[in-house]
Amino acid sequence: MRINITSVLVDDQAKALAFYTEKLGFIKKTDVPAGAARWLTVVSPADPEGVELLLEPDGHPAAGPFKSALAADGIPFTQFAVDDVHAEVERLKGLGVEFTQEATDLGPVVTAVLDDTCGNLIQIAAMK
Amino acid sequence: MAADPDLYRALGDATRRIILDELADSDGQTLFEICGRLSMKHGLASSRQAISQHLAVLEQAGLVRTRRQGRYKFHHIDTSPLRSIVERWPIEQPEEPSP
Repeated sequence: MRINITSVLVDDQAKALAFYTEKLGFIKKTDVPAGAARWLTVVSPADPEGVELLLEPDGHPAAGPFKSALAADGIPFTQFAVDDVHAEVERLKGLGVEFTQEATDLGPVVTAVLDDTCGNLIQIAAMK
Repeated sequence: MAADPDLYRALGDATRRIILDELADSDGQTLFEICGRLSMKHGLASSRQAISQHLAVLEQAGLVRTRRQGRYKFHHIDTSPLRSIVERWPIEQPEEPSP
């Protein structure tokens, strides 16, 4: 068994695709109609055959309270790896991305937390 | 002062003093960041609920203020209640060395 898909619950798939590709730099992998929504995934250009991120609609009534409760406490929904957190924070801020946590040295790891504009906080991290 | 018992109780706990240290290092943090700093930098295994309660004690004493910004809540340090301590027990200034 291996992990091929992981999901992030987004409020608007088109907006999410724009953010995850144009800002974060992922590449669209799969985009097929699935009822009222799309089966919409992105991958990292560093690993195009690797794990896909599914931009999944957050229409279930439990999703809203869950997402807002995490965001209020600043808790990221998932984490992506970068080579240099400080450089990535600067790059993304230049693109207008908002952060709830600046690049922070936590000993073995440097992390920061950004707003994906689709209702989620995302942590970026680099192990030292 | 009526606020004194809350102030001294808030400062009497080592975890709460570390929370204030970390907010002094970088002001305006989410609960998540505070929890991360305590566990990763200080090896403190407190639960999120426990840290949230520590923050409530600090807020009750006026040492931490919270600010809602959009969907997020940030915590800020406020050292002004500490003034009551030095007003109660003034710190004498060292005498100027004679020229």
